[in-house]
Amino acid sequence: MNGAYLGMPAFPRAAAAATRDGRLRANLTHATHTIRDKRARAVAELDDWAQLRAAGAAVKDRTLRHLDHYLEQLEAAVTAAGGQVHWAADAEEANRIVTELVRETGEREVVKVKSMATQEIGLNEALAEAGIRAYETDLAELIVQLGNDLPSHILVPAIHRNRSEIRDIFLAEMGRWGRPAPEGLSDSPAELAEAARLHLREKFLSAKVAISGANFMVAETGTLVVVESEGNGRMCLTLPETLISVVGIEKTVPTWQDLEIFLQLLPRSSTAERMNPYTSTWTGTTDGDGPGTFHLVLLDNGRTDTLADTVGRQALRCIRCSACLNVCPVYERAGGHAYGSPYPGPIGAILTPQLRGVEGALESSLPYASSLCGACYEVCPVAIDIPEVLVHLRERVVEGGEVTRRGTRAVLRPARGHAAERAAMRAAGWVFDRPGVLRAGMRLAARTRRLHPRRLPGPGRAWSQTRELPAVPAESFRDWWQRTRGTGTESARQGGEGT
Amino acid sequence: MRVALFVTCINDFLHPRTGQAVVTLLERLGVEVAFPAEQSCCGQPQFNTGYRHATEPLVRRFDRAFKDYDYVVTPSGSCAAMVRDNYPRIAAKAAAEGRGRELTDAAALAVPKTYELTEFLVDVLKVEDVGAYYPHTVTYHPTCHGLRMLGLGDRPRRLLSQVRGLELRELPGAEECCGFGGTFAVKNPAVSAAMGADKVRHLIGTGAEAVCTVDNSCLLHIGGTLARQGSPIRPVHIAEILASTEDAPMDGRKAHTSADGSVR
Ligand code: SF4
Repeated sequence: MNGAYLGMPAFPRAAAAATRDGRLRANLTHATHTIRDKRARAVAELDDWAQLRAAGAAVKDRTLRHLDHYLEQLEAAVTAAGGQVHWAADAEEANRIVTELVRETGEREVVKVKSMATQEIGLNEALAEAGIRAYETDLAELIVQLGNDLPSHILVPAIHRNRSEIRDIFLAEMGRWGRPAPEGLSDSPAELAEAARLHLREKFLSAKVAISGANFMVAETGTLVVVESEGNGRMCLTLPETLISVVGIEKTVPTWQDLEIFLQLLPRSSTAERMNPYTSTWTGTTDGDGPGTFHLVLLDNGRTDTLADTVGRQALRCIRCSACLNVCPVYERAGGHAYGSPYPGPIGAILTPQLRGVEGALESSLPYASSLCGACYEVCPVAIDIPEVLVHLRERVVEGGEVTRRGTRAVLRPARGHAAERAAMRAAGWVFDRPGVLRAGMRLAARTRRLHPRRLPGPGRAWSQTRELPAVPAESFRDWWQRTRGTGTESARQGGEGT
Repeated sequence: MRVALFVTCINDFLHPRTGQAVVTLLERLGVEVAFPAEQSCCGQPQFNTGYRHATEPLVRRFDRAFKDYDYVVTPSGSCAAMVRDNYPRIAAKAAAEGRGRELTDAAALAVPKTYELTEFLVDVLKVEDVGAYYPHTVTYHPTCHGLRMLGLGDRPRRLLSQVRGLELRELPGAEECCGFGGTFAVKNPAVSAAMGADKVRHLIGTGAEAVCTVDNSCLLHIGGTLARQGSPIRPVHIAEILASTEDAPMDGRKAHTSADGSVR
């Protein structure tokens, strides 16, 4: 797996390839089942979880409804505290701003705190083009970066790798980026972690510029918050001279009091911990303590357009805990790369088509990357009804409709390629609305049942490769009822050919 | 109490025995069941694939077919969930698009009276022992829509535990989706098949003779996968177990075409 996400094959094809990769499936099944069981236990410890969840959803909804207000409050507070705020409408603008800011420092290297927003905009690639090397310092991100790979999970980007693969990557690649891995490195977790620690320490101590995201931004004080487990984020946020944070605008919460809810919801949902080991907060700059220069890049990149959609906007509540990935049976088999973005799993299936639009081949296939089993909705700590949004986006794919693009309303045409399906659905609807025709069709099918093929042609072909088709019984229920009970409840008028 | 059976299109066409079992069972419990022939499909396949507009006539049809009844009972968790969760959504969106109150009224009437079979037995009729006899080892797969959209909880298990002769085997990973998901099975066949294979592996591990659910659509996929693997485990709808008695046993079904194309 090399290179960027864009241009990935559509989901069904990428997923089919992943299901054939036995090692990938074993790694994923093991990892997701372990974490999902731990999460369930951690959540069960709190008897007010349902209220917390509702409160989290309510705070996010209220904030999103007045986002313009809170963002202005945030900007004023950050500026007053000595930071500088930059607004980025899209990925390109955000990358340009960050590249310029790094250039101004004269540095050619930056350390990075794991961040979804910078993955989303492809910041590392943009910096590389400008001759600036970005070092990922999160253990799993480091594994992904050294392996010239792409993240496949929100929380554990290298979840698709097992320990022996990681050892091989460290041995082969660490030396090309800095301190090499010790000779004779084994695949024990302690040795792997120690090799990473030694490798990264050099980077922390020499870095002058750090780039981060943030889990939350508190509007009332202009405070940014990063929640992490390893402490590498704390190093990046405190040691360098310049700190640049790239944060999606939806990460705003109004007050410190609101944080209390999310600092309970997030760790239990993501790592199944009661409290995460490191919570770093920073507000502008302070003389003699931490970075002397602080830039906040507020990223839109499709978020205000998403906000304009009354059903889909709930995706912006997401706190990136990854609980939905860990319970998703589709993610477990398809792997994270099949989703073609840094946001895999159920949240990716609704976020990516909203941020990027549904027109692309991948984006239009993502809303269908779910059996609508509802496990994601059940675990989501901010109660995002992912199945509801999936169906809503499916409608956008097949029927088109109104959307907001860069702030203006646009009318989307129905996707091509669904014409046959659309015709079939219309025909089925026509038949279902005419019970007389429906019954005649069932009778015909019953009479010809011995002639039905055992393998289906066309779109049903793949189904009949692994499953037997059902047999058509000799008599439908409708006919049995009429034969045994007469037409008692079926008046000619009611049972007619529709109105 | 005027009770109507909503048999659902899949049952009507492919699994008429399930509808017959519901009628047998409810009549045995003293309920007179009607079958309004004007009914057809709940609209779930269209709705879940993105064709919401195509479901609107079916919401109206549902209303016309069942408006004279106090209860609508259906042997399908996912169709009951479609009515309860999605009819109000369809109505709200239609209203937002300026199509008046007609669908809103239809949904408001349909939602409170529509019951999945096991809910109806436990919550309305208040019975758990329905007098059934089914001398087999059975494992129960809680379907996703029954489990998470309807919140059936342990109602089906409570009913099964009262069936004489029946030995209930626990199914590992029971709450995981079997991989059917309507058009999902067609649009993402590889993932669907992988999920089905894991479900079937767990089913075979139980050593049970039969697997039952509250939904024939999931059984279609599970049964098709079992049959292709040559497993003797019978897929059987819970209604057929609950309708079964010593005098009139029901034996599960073998509803898949055999190698020579004949219907077993
Ligand atoms: S959608 Fe919900 S469960 Fe999934 S990552 Fe976001 S907050 Fe977590």
